Amino acid sequence: MSTFSQSAATALQLIGSFDPALWTVVGRSLLVSGLACLLACGFGLALGAWLGVVRFRGRGACLTVLNTLLAVPSVVVGLVVYLLLSRSGPLGYLGWLFSIQAMVLAQALLVLPVVTALTRQVVEDAERGHGEQLRSLGAGTTLRGAMLAWDERFALLMVVIAAFGRAVSEVGAVMIVGGNIDGFTRVMTTSIALETSKGDLPLALGLGLVLLAVVLLLNALIALLRGWRQRAENGAMPSLAGHLA
Amino acid sequence: MRRLLRLREVGLRFGAVTALSGVDLELHAGERLALVGSNGSGKSSLLRVLHGLLAPDTGSLAAEPGLRQAMVFQRPFMLRASVQNNVALGLWLAGTGWSAARGAALQGLERVGLRALAGRSARALSGGQQQRVALARAWVRQPALWLLDEPTASLDPHAKREIEALMAAFAKGEDSRPMTMVFASHNLGQVKRLASRVIYLEQGRVLADLPVDDFFNAQRLRAVSGAADLFVKGELA
Repeated sequence: MSTFSQSAATALQLIGSFDPALWTVVGRSLLVSGLACLLACGFGLALGAWLGVVRFRGRGACLTVLNTLLAVPSVVVGLVVYLLLSRSGPLGYLGWLFSIQAMVLAQALLVLPVVTALTRQVVEDAERGHGEQLRSLGAGTTLRGAMLAWDERFALLMVVIAAFGRAVSEVGAVMIVGGNIDGFTRVMTTSIALETSKGDLPLALGLGLVLLAVVLLLNALIALLRGWRQRAENGAMPSLAGHLA
Repeated sequence: MRRLLRLREVGLRFGAVTALSGVDLELHAGERLALVGSNGSGKSSLLRVLHGLLAPDTGSLAAEPGLRQAMVFQRPFMLRASVQNNVALGLWLAGTGWSAARGAALQGLERVGLRALAGRSARALSGGQQQRVALARAWVRQPALWLLDEPTASLDPHAKREIEALMAAFAKGEDSRPMTMVFASHNLGQVKRLASRVIYLEQGRVLADLPVDDFFNAQRLRAVSGAADLFVKGELA
C-alpha cells in the first residue's frame, strides 16, 4: 500500500511538474488516437449510415461479420497490420512499419467496426421510426442515411467519443506495429507496460493517471453533450441543435 | 371530373397477413375521401399504396402523370432543426433551392398560424403544433393529392379542431388551388364534417364506397354492407 501511495505521490509530482518525458508520450498518444479516430469516423460514419438505411441481399451476413469484428482483439489487428506492412507484405513498399503511420492505421482498423456498427444501429433505429416520412418527402436512400445521421448527431458524437476511448486505451496493436520505440512510437499504454516491467512504477502510474484523466474528460464531455441535447430539444439553446437555423 | 388515380384489384400482403385484397378505387380531382374501418382493416396500407410508399403485390395502380402528392402522418417526424427548416425541407427535397424553400416555409407557417415559432426547435413544440408544422410542410409543396393518416388521432380536442379547420380550408383551396384529399380516420364526426365520399374497409377489402350522405344513411348503408352499418352503429353508440 505504501508503494502505491509513494508511487501515486511521485506520479502527481511528475504530472504537476510537466515532466517533458511524460507529456511527450501523452501528446503522441493523443495524436495517434485522434488521427486514427478521424480516419475511422470519416469512413465508418458514412458506411454505418448507409448500412442503416439500405436493404440488399446478404445484408444480414454483412452485419454479422461487422458485429463479429467488434470483438476482434487488438493484438490480432496489430498482427494483421504488421503482416500487411512488413517488408514482404502487400503494403511493405510504404515503409510504415514501426512508425506513427502504422500505429494510426492499426488503431483506425481497430475502431472502424465500432464506429460503423454503432452508427448503423443508431441510423437503423431512426430509419425504422422516421424513414418512411423522409421517403414520403422524396429523400432517396443515401440522402436519408445522411439526414438521419445528422439528426442523430448527438448520439453519433458519443459513438465518436467511445471510439476514441477504445483507441487511446488499447495497447496490443500499437505495441506490435509501433515497436514502442523511445521518442518515436512510444505512447501511454505501451509506456505503462514497459515502465511496469522495468519497475519504474511512479512513471507508469503517472501515465495511468493521465490515461484515466483522458477517459474522465471523455465521460464529462458525454455528460455535457447529453445536457446540451436535452436543452436544445426543449428549445432553450438553439445554438447547437438549431445549427441549421 | 379529372381522374387522378386508379387502382385495379390491388392486393398487398405482409407475410401471412393480408393487408389489402382486390381493392378497386378511382379517385377524382376535388374529392375528399375518408377511409374508415377498425384497426388493421387496411386504411394505412391503402394510403401508403396510393402514395407509393408500398408497392402492391398484385393488381395495378395508375396515377395521372406528374401527380404531386404529400402525406401527413399520425405522428409527424420533426428533424432536430428549427420549425422553419423542417417546413423548408419538404420543398428542398422536391427540388426547390434552399433559400427559396426557407422563404416559402415562412408563408406556410403563416398559413397554419405558427410563423412566430419559425426559429424555435421543432421538437420543442406540442403534438398539435408539430402536426400543424407537418401540414405546412405538405401545403408548401402545393400537392394535387393530399394523403393524411389519422392526423388528429393523438391530439387533444382543441388541437383536433385546429387541424380539422386547416384540412377543410386546404381541401377547399381557400388561399391556393383546391387539393384532393384522402384521409384515414376513426372519428366519424370528423368524417361527416370533412369528407365528400367514404370507403369502409374490413380485412383489407372495400365493403362500402359511398357519398358521405349515403354512408351516414343507415338504410342505404345497410343495403350495401351490413358490416359497415354495424361498424357505424358501434362507433356512434
